[in-house]
Amino acid sequence: MELKNILSAKRTAVLKKWFDVILESYPPNTAEFLRTQKDPFANPVGHTIFEGMEGIFDELLEGVDSHKASVFLDNIIRVRAIQDFTPSQAVLFVFLLKKVIEEEVGEELRKEGLSEELTLLNSRIDKLALLAFDIYMKCREKLYELRAKELENRTFRLLKKANLVYEIQEQEAESRN
Amino acid sequence: MAKGTPKPDELSRIDYTPPQKEWMDTPVKLKPGMYCWGAKAKNLQAVGFPNARDWTPADEDWKLPENWEWTVLEGIYDRLKKYRSFQLFLDICVRCGACADKCHFYIGSGDPKNMPVLRAELLRSVYRRHFTFGGKLLGRIAGARKLTLDVLKEWWYYFFQCTECRRCSVFCPYGIDQAEITMMGRELLNLLGLNIDWIQGPVANCYKKGNHLGLEPHTIMSNIEFMLDDIESITGIRIEPSFNRKGAEILFVTPSGDLFADPGTYTCMGYLMLFHELGLDYTWSTYASEGGNFGFFTTNEMAKRLNAKIYAEAKRLGVKWILGGECGHMWRVVHQYMDTWNGPADFLEEPVSPITGTKFENAKTTKMVHIAEFTADLIRHGKLNLDPSRNDHLKVTFHDSCNTSRGMGIFEEPRYIIKNVCNNFYEMPENTIREKTFCCGSGSGLNAGENMELRMRGGLPRANAVKYVHEKYGVNMLANICAIDRAALSTLMDYWVPGVGVTGVHELVANALVMKGEKKRTTNLRGEPLPGVEEEEEEGKEEKEEQGG
Repeated sequence: MELKNILSAKRTAVLKKWFDVILESYPPNTAEFLRTQKDPFANPVGHTIFEGMEGIFDELLEGVDSHKASVFLDNIIRVRAIQDFTPSQAVLFVFLLKKVIEEEVGEELRKEGLSEELTLLNSRIDKLALLAFDIYMKCREKLYELRAKELENRTFRLLKKANLVYEIQEQEAESRN
Repeated sequence: MAKGTPKPDELSRIDYTPPQKEWMDTPVKLKPGMYCWGAKAKNLQAVGFPNARDWTPADEDWKLPENWEWTVLEGIYDRLKKYRSFQLFLDICVRCGACADKCHFYIGSGDPKNMPVLRAELLRSVYRRHFTFGGKLLGRIAGARKLTLDVLKEWWYYFFQCTECRRCSVFCPYGIDQAEITMMGRELLNLLGLNIDWIQGPVANCYKKGNHLGLEPHTIMSNIEFMLDDIESITGIRIEPSFNRKGAEILFVTPSGDLFADPGTYTCMGYLMLFHELGLDYTWSTYASEGGNFGFFTTNEMAKRLNAKIYAEAKRLGVKWILGGECGHMWRVVHQYMDTWNGPADFLEEPVSPITGTKFENAKTTKMVHIAEFTADLIRHGKLNLDPSRNDHLKVTFHDSCNTSRGMGIFEEPRYIIKNVCNNFYEMPENTIREKTFCCGSGSGLNAGENMELRMRGGLPRANAVKYVHEKYGVNMLANICAIDRAALSTLMDYWVPGVGVTGVHELVANALVMKGEKKRTTNLRGEPLPGVEEEEEEGKEEKEEQGG
């Protein structure tokens, strides 16, 4: 309970710092653009990252529901999965939250005798990180699926015309069952 | 704690920041997923392009001709003399940065070399070093650098990361058209046989057979036959269009993508149904069977050669004017280049709609009318019997294609049509539509499969705006008037906004069109049940059961 209060009080500071360290993975000019352009349509990447961070942070305080957290993580990772990052760089932002929390509230928590809660919090972040790996893989797999699907779509009518495709009609399938 | 595990204070000292370097000191790295395969020898040979050989971009050796530097520099010199705009655009940029964050590739990737100003600088720096006094004298201080193999590879990588969409030019205070810089960059690369096969293959096909896919006349006809069968089973009406018919009033030209891949095929069925309903005296051509022009993404001369067939076929068939289907770059070419390249089309007449009598004065010189203008005019004059409720299951938004919006100012016609054939229409945010529209990320010949990562980056800003209307209004259909959009946006939505389909405007028209003598329609052109039909069937069943019971 204590931990939640302390973190809630520092919400703005933690989010700002977390955003800053995430943006450090981009070239300086780009980081500046992502930070300062507030229009969500002119700057979808910056906007998506920040919105996702807010969601993840609030989720973290509540205990990390996999389903809810995945939505926020997905929004960020879907972007980073197609940018110039290695898989580890793409999901690094989750681990960076540990560093930011440590810097912002670590000392205070230890003073308050809340080290155990800090450990619990870190394990929640680990859970987020595991979810992040899954989501990253899904995004990359999707890219390859899209490639295959485009090829299929381009040739489907040809194959159908040449009688090389057999479509199981819905009704037919039902009656068989 | 295990030995070697960093302490919290140590962790906080880790530096994640990428090293800062000047752009000239950041050598290009070709990342798989970001570029297309190199042009094959046979496809370069087919049109007599230089240095035809099979090559692979990932290889160290690009099999360049000897003295390739000289070829490129001479190429720059020739183009500076030939195109005043090129010289002007290289000289007048003050690097104010207004264009920097307007490019969809930069917004999506964050790669500074995707900023239009910097992409142009890749070429401009070489121009300075070799063609300006200041650059020769001061070198790097004046932003000049020598043409080297690394520079050439950087050009290739980044000039094929620009879709020539011209959004940046809307924001440039000097009106510099960065698309033209890319076009010049690609022309120079082409002098060394450095095109991509996704462009060069279609160019070779188009040169030999008249369309990008290399469809021969009988295939085009049988493909359309196939659609006619579908139309008959949906509407009960058998349509019999004509091909290569001399003496027809109108020649219809559309991108060949509409003949093959879904959902473009449904748009094509839309054209067929509309023309049949009007009783239009028109013909298809199996020779001028491509509205698109991938030659436009190689060289000016190649684009001109491929475009020539449209007027030639119009002349051979003796038509009065030409009607063009839903396509993007086809219209930039028709509207801004065709008349200068292959005109004057003085053997044609100023287009007049045979149904409404409207004179299309905007097409006075080209003699070619955009189908959105043609159909909007029909609706305006009450010539179509429409039932928009057939599209009631759709919440539609409209994506302005770069070329039709920024290239020729078509904003209202497609919207007017959609609003007349659909009851639910929602606009995306103002700074993502009309002249500020975001590219699909796959234009100018970049809609290949191997560069899927690039396409998803480039399409991110567009998808982001679609996502907004999807979440806010429940939009589930993205309409457009471009064949590449129809193919590329489908994939884009699948990655970014699942649940949003993609359609051509004339598919929506055909679904709403109540045709004379049609049977009761139960499905749309995709074979999906029309809204309300399933409920009616259920009710019918229940009634029968009640009567039987």
